[in-house]
Amino acid sequence: MTSLTTAPAETLIDSSTKFQPERQINQIFRWLTIALAVCVGLVLLWITYSLLLIALPAIRTFGLGFLTNSTWNPVEEIYGVFPQIYGTILSSFLALLFAVPLGVGVAVFLTENFLPPKILTPIAFIMELLAAIPSVVYGLWGIFVFLPAIRPILQGINRAFGWIPFFSTTPGGRHLFGASLVLAIMILPTIVAISRDTMSSLPPQLRQGSYGLGATRWETITRVLVPAGLSGIIGSVMLALGRALGETMALAMLVGNANNANISWFSPASTIASLIANQFGEASGLQKSSLFYGALILMVLTLLVNILAQMVVSRFQQVE
Amino acid sequence: MNPSTRPNSASDTLENNDIVIRTENVSIFYGAFQAVRNVFLDVPKNNVVALIGPSGCGKSTLLRCYNRLNDLIPGARVEGKIAYQGVDLYDPKIDPVEVRRRIGMVFQKANPFPKSIYENVAFGARINGFKGNMDELVERSLRGSALWDEVKDKLKESGLSLSGGQQQRLCIARTIAIEPEVILMDEPCSALDPISTLRVEDLMHELKKQFTIIIVTHNMQQASRVADMTAFFNAEATEGGSRFGYLVEYDKTYNIFNAPKQQATQDYVSGRFG
Repeated sequence: MTSLTTAPAETLIDSSTKFQPERQINQIFRWLTIALAVCVGLVLLWITYSLLLIALPAIRTFGLGFLTNSTWNPVEEIYGVFPQIYGTILSSFLALLFAVPLGVGVAVFLTENFLPPKILTPIAFIMELLAAIPSVVYGLWGIFVFLPAIRPILQGINRAFGWIPFFSTTPGGRHLFGASLVLAIMILPTIVAISRDTMSSLPPQLRQGSYGLGATRWETITRVLVPAGLSGIIGSVMLALGRALGETMALAMLVGNANNANISWFSPASTIASLIANQFGEASGLQKSSLFYGALILMVLTLLVNILAQMVVSRFQQVE
Repeated sequence: MNPSTRPNSASDTLENNDIVIRTENVSIFYGAFQAVRNVFLDVPKNNVVALIGPSGCGKSTLLRCYNRLNDLIPGARVEGKIAYQGVDLYDPKIDPVEVRRRIGMVFQKANPFPKSIYENVAFGARINGFKGNMDELVERSLRGSALWDEVKDKLKESGLSLSGGQQQRLCIARTIAIEPEVILMDEPCSALDPISTLRVEDLMHELKKQFTIIIVTHNMQQASRVADMTAFFNAEATEGGSRFGYLVEYDKTYNIFNAPKQQATQDYVSGRFG
């Protein structure tokens, strides 16, 4: 038996008196990170505080009626954002309607080795690239390429199904539906990326267990894997919804900016974000205050969605 | 020993000659690599057959061929013939999904689905289009796996809330529920404590009245306790440095442990190995 030589225990006590630059760096670094963390919190507080402060006159004047009033009249100084709330929620909902099935489908497709890795990797890469395209580029493409391209199809739908209220207006150059489709493409990468991570982190034993009981691949995916990853998928949808609600530039370019809450998806509409983007330049007084009130509503809306997403995602991680 | 010669086939001497699965000269490949070489092994009905041997001898690989679960591994290929009730399982006309409904499997690591206990058991029956009384089937299957009394008041709770041993019995219940003829078990007790292990072993004695069981185990005491027939596999290195597995000896469990015909079997069961 050989024993290792260790330093005597007294050296532990004396260490504080020695010159130790690493220790100092440690301390400085610690305070630096605390300061940075506090800064981030302060910025958030500052934004919320100023939103509240500037929105206060509008909140005093219009109260909760602001949410249900459809007038936006700078001459008579009467403001309400009902069409914008309607447009924001409807455009996000329509975008989810298209992006969720497609996104979950792509995520399953990318994780269930339907294709050899040589083809899968570029597809996954392209999906990530979709997220990197600036929103103004989507808007430009939408207005000059995409909307004109789908216009004949939408007109056909209008002619054939015009009796359904949702398709009751003849689609013009810009409309809520087209804006929602572009929005769907924009939020697709979020859904794919998070759903894909969720699906690929499922234990392989689940898959084998299902196949071992005589399940087909389709039954394994729909009855075992997707339900097992459901909370992760819901989390991805919530995050995508958060992005869709706040998306500004593309929608301001595509949605038509009409101050009406039409039941038809093919008519021009407006969202809170596009309203702010269009009006901030010449706004002052109560109009400015009303824009801030709208911004506050949008912030609360996205905050709620994000909190919900965090709750769902963390529940998923606990199961793991 | 030359692995390509046919080892002593014990099926000739069995009282029960009703063979459920015949394994005739089966070799298993992963790409160009031969993992298992020239296996002959007949599984009699209502018996427990144990596959034992050192790691890498191909016993789990062989087990997964019996319900075509190796199909899921790219490049896996089977030569020779595996016949289930006289039908070649690797005939191109065979639907592997249907095979797995007749030949169920219990895995090394308990893998209940993240669903309720009830839904875990009902899953297989549901995908099989079961039309009968589901409550009854779930109860019967859970009783069959000796789990009913422990879970009857919490069937709505998640299968993942159970202990490891209970989870494994839930997986057995899940397999019984599809009413297979053969149950494959891949080291079903390796992650369980001794008490849970004994429970599952007792269960096997019950199950073999109704099913035929093929079990892979590293635990020789377990093989001697539960198995009617035991097959000893060994691994041999090739010149290229890779290893392949082959069947050394297949006989009644008593003979394998007390009067093995091969020196390698004698060495393995007595612990003088490698």
